[in-house]
Amino acid sequence: MSEKVGIISYGAYVPKYRIKVEEIAKVWGDDAESIKKGLNIFQKSVPDMDEDTVTIAVEAARLALKRRDNLDPRDIGAIYVGSESHPYIVKPSGTIIAAAINAGNTLTVSDFEFACKAGTAAIQVCMGLVKSGMIKFGLAIGADVSQGAPGDALEYTAAAGGAAFIIGGENIITEIEDTFSFTSDTPDFWRREGQDYPRHGGRFTGEPAYFRHIISASKGLMEKMGTEPKDYDYAVFHQPNGKFPVRVAKILGFTKEQIEPGLLVPWIGNTYSGSSMLGLAATLDVAKPGERIFLTSFGSGAGSDAFSMIVTDEIESIERNPKLRDMIENVRYVDYGIYTKHKRKLKV
Amino acid sequence: MREVAVIGVGSTKFGEMWERSFRDIMIEAGLEAIQDAGIEGREIEAMYVGNMSAGRFISQEHIGALIVDYSGFSKDTHIPSTRVEAACASGGLAVREAYLSIASGMHDIVVAAGVEKMTDIGTEITVDVLASAADREWEGFVGATFPGLYALMATYHMNKFGTTREDLAEVSVKNHYNGSLNPKAQFNNRITIDTVLNSSLVADPLRIFDCSPITDGASAVILAAGSIARKYTDTPVYIKASSQASDTISLHDRRDVATLDSTVFAAKRAYKMAGITPKEVDVAEVHDCFTIAEIMAYEDLGFCKKGEGGKLIREGVTALDGDLPVNPSGGLKACGHPVGATGVKQVVEIVTQLRGEAGKRQVDGAEVGLTHNVGGTGATAVVHILTR
Repeated sequence: MSEKVGIISYGAYVPKYRIKVEEIAKVWGDDAESIKKGLNIFQKSVPDMDEDTVTIAVEAARLALKRRDNLDPRDIGAIYVGSESHPYIVKPSGTIIAAAINAGNTLTVSDFEFACKAGTAAIQVCMGLVKSGMIKFGLAIGADVSQGAPGDALEYTAAAGGAAFIIGGENIITEIEDTFSFTSDTPDFWRREGQDYPRHGGRFTGEPAYFRHIISASKGLMEKMGTEPKDYDYAVFHQPNGKFPVRVAKILGFTKEQIEPGLLVPWIGNTYSGSSMLGLAATLDVAKPGERIFLTSFGSGAGSDAFSMIVTDEIESIERNPKLRDMIENVRYVDYGIYTKHKRKLKV
Repeated sequence: MREVAVIGVGSTKFGEMWERSFRDIMIEAGLEAIQDAGIEGREIEAMYVGNMSAGRFISQEHIGALIVDYSGFSKDTHIPSTRVEAACASGGLAVREAYLSIASGMHDIVVAAGVEKMTDIGTEITVDVLASAADREWEGFVGATFPGLYALMATYHMNKFGTTREDLAEVSVKNHYNGSLNPKAQFNNRITIDTVLNSSLVADPLRIFDCSPITDGASAVILAAGSIARKYTDTPVYIKASSQASDTISLHDRRDVATLDSTVFAAKRAYKMAGITPKEVDVAEVHDCFTIAEIMAYEDLGFCKKGEGGKLIREGVTALDGDLPVNPSGGLKACGHPVGATGVKQVVEIVTQLRGEAGKRQVDGAEVGLTHNVGGTGATAVVHILTR
């Protein structure tokens, strides 16, 4: 049994290719300026030809392990990978990751799917296993190479990236004080088996889906803990575009300054299962001991997981460079043609 | 012909009502109207329901039976219930059918309702459903959508009469202002000319702020024979005229692309029936499915000469504080346009105005009101004139 539970290490990865809003708008005859203004997004990440959810997850997990070179990967007792773009429908992503990081064979592995929030669900499961003493460390990953149909509004935001968090009960760099979830059957966004691209309910993805779930989970957690927005130094909310997280923060009473460090979507797009977790990684890059972080993810379908975290002195003991903000500045722009090739949108 | 009065009105809030069903909103509006009239359910003798396309919007037909059942009249009084359809004029036509059933002496108390649930399906399908109000073979199959057809009318009107892009925008600005004073309107935000001019282009010259939205909503009115109206209310509003006229279903077959002859004829018949001239109208609810439609309505209803509709809006005549306030509810643009409900909502608004119960959007001293409901690009028009 472990009294405390939290993050032992973390890593993140975003492919270096980018496509600008202007390039996509040009193809579909849309007004780039109004899209940039409307979505608060300038560009999105594009995976390379040979990058997928698994390679992104491995990159993020390797960075997390590198930051803890005294941690034996074989002490990881569970790997859970949240994604809505697992490369296989049947056959786990997690086993490839386990092999790639040399986690051995005596561990439990499973792939998670809950639209954009499966990664935070993985953190919650690892928390339970660590606290109950069933495992020493758990690896929770959220990663995606998300799909947006050509010409759909999603094409401006559907991006690639992921983050990995090692959860444990000792040498905690950020303690997870508590978590609270809010879930309902709300079909705002879906993709059936065999379909290449997801479908969505347009504006229905806003109020009854994103806002209702994030607000309910966030308020639920703060009520449970007796905390208020001003008790936190940072806040991260799922980032499907640059507008929603800013608006939901304002509704809940968080300031722009609190969300700014973790707000990456304008420059990398919506990395789906990676989205709020990348925001957390960027926040951990700059957080100081004693500071508190509030995080709420959102997954369509729909649900939100809220977390209250406090940074410990231990964070100073790990190497936090390279920082995610620096990593995402090393970019190479592609045009729409190369983008369609990388995303395998061309059927031959 | 017997005199007919409106003794009760009710409306849901208009908007995107994702959490509520077609029958939910219809019953809410009906119940509000019944309570407003102070009648008992068993006094209702018949129902008419305006609905354009529940079959395609929510895959439900047999709307008359559904509504009367959920109103609780299928197991005791077993009253007749009839669905009425004339595209976007379905609501106005339901009021007219209810009116005729009382005027003829057949019934004494009748419900006229309108309902549409449009947000349960994707926008592309909605656009196609709406296009079915035009001529599918000659217009729809070759790609004409409603905004496209009204854009042709706007372009023609602008070229022929010098109506400007700004004139169109003024209609939207006015209706959004009125909508901001109507708690049941879909949009309560005030906008400027620039908001309209800088909004996304839909079909040149029409931009998104020139177009009425996709809306869920329901409205209902209780009509009674004039002779018994005062038994139920101290403020009956009398339907002095009910008229309907037709025109070609295709736009290209019209005598004049920028005139809705259905409106012209329906209006003439209505003024004659009521024994008034257009000058005597104090307040009007007209069919502004697009901004150009309101400008053409001013002309075709005789509020000004043909071609001078732009001038009327420019000079503020139709503003809430003008000489002839038009669309105090916010119109289709700001109040919303649940197609089957719109024509009934127009009557609800005019009755509310004539009773002096419209609150912040009350038109001072309104005694004569007019409603104007259009189906398709003008193949059907329904006009009602109401007085205190």
